[in-house]
Amino acid sequence: MIKERYQSIIVQVICSLLIPFIQLFALYVIFHGHYGPGGGFQGGVLLAVSIILQRLYLGTEVSYRKFPPKLAPALGAIGMLVFGLAGVIPMLFGGAFLDYGNLPIPWVHGAELRALGILIVEIGIGMAVFGTLVLIFDSLIGEGW
Amino acid sequence: MIWQIDFWLLVILIIAAIIALSLCDLLAAVAALAAYSFFVALLFTQMGAIDVAFVEATLGAGISGVLFIVALFRTRRRSED
Amino acid sequence: MKWVNALIMLLFIALMLYATSGLPGHADPQAPANVHVSPTYIEDSVEDTHTPNIVTAVLADYRGYDTLGETVVIFTAGLACVLILMRRKAGDKGTLSEHHRSGHM
Repeated sequence: MIKERYQSIIVQVICSLLIPFIQLFALYVIFHGHYGPGGGFQGGVLLAVSIILQRLYLGTEVSYRKFPPKLAPALGAIGMLVFGLAGVIPMLFGGAFLDYGNLPIPWVHGAELRALGILIVEIGIGMAVFGTLVLIFDSLIGEGW
Repeated sequence: MIWQIDFWLLVILIIAAIIALSLCDLLAAVAALAAYSFFVALLFTQMGAIDVAFVEATLGAGISGVLFIVALFRTRRRSED
Repeated sequence: MKWVNALIMLLFIALMLYATSGLPGHADPQAPANVHVSPTYIEDSVEDTHTPNIVTAVLADYRGYDTLGETVVIFTAGLACVLILMRRKAGDKGTLSEHHRSGHM
């Protein structure tokens, strides 16, 4: 459906200028979720938007080489794994499920450790949402992997 | 909370929803739906729920529009009724 | 038939507007949702988690199990999309879904 690149120099230049800033803003949204609006979900959606914009203006032939579509389900699964491990590892060290106060990081304690656990979980959610949305887009355009 | 902003946002919201329902060109209906999502996001911002508004603006006005358009190109552009 | 539908819609709108009058006001501190656990979150979340954004603290820490379920739902939706819609390359035939689809066409 969108095999070739879009035939307009304006669209190409604007998109290629825009994509790094979208990704930078997405990382800001993920890592600044403790202090402002945002979090893993919104940041993951923004990262997926940057990849989808690249798919749209470069065409799948070039864009599949830059971001292989087989990477997307792997990223989603790794994100889910990070979230699940952040839940299970505190159980092995004497806490409850998803009790970040018992994560085995020796030089951080108490409330700081819980803030770190929240950050780990947000990164996991971001990767899972990123992989899943790119996966849905790739399966919808159906160019064949 | 300023009731004038609330009132006019709700009026535009209902108009956008009726437009999205009554259009026969589904591509234009998707655009109206994205506008609807954006005004919902503005309404959430005005109520003070910034996080929900952020999700609505990225998912409702961004991703879901793209996915709807891709699905439209896989099927037909005109609505039956 | 169209007028019957419009009448039913108007009745439904009237019912909804009537039900709205029973809800508590916007940001009412005495509303039932605001007197049970919300004061605990507002008072203790910065001490407990060092996270100034209460929404993030509630979503990822106090209600982390809920967020885990939400992420599982999204990931499952993506996997279902792939299973239904994915087309393999031309040389790579013989999967179950391919047989299924060619049988229907």
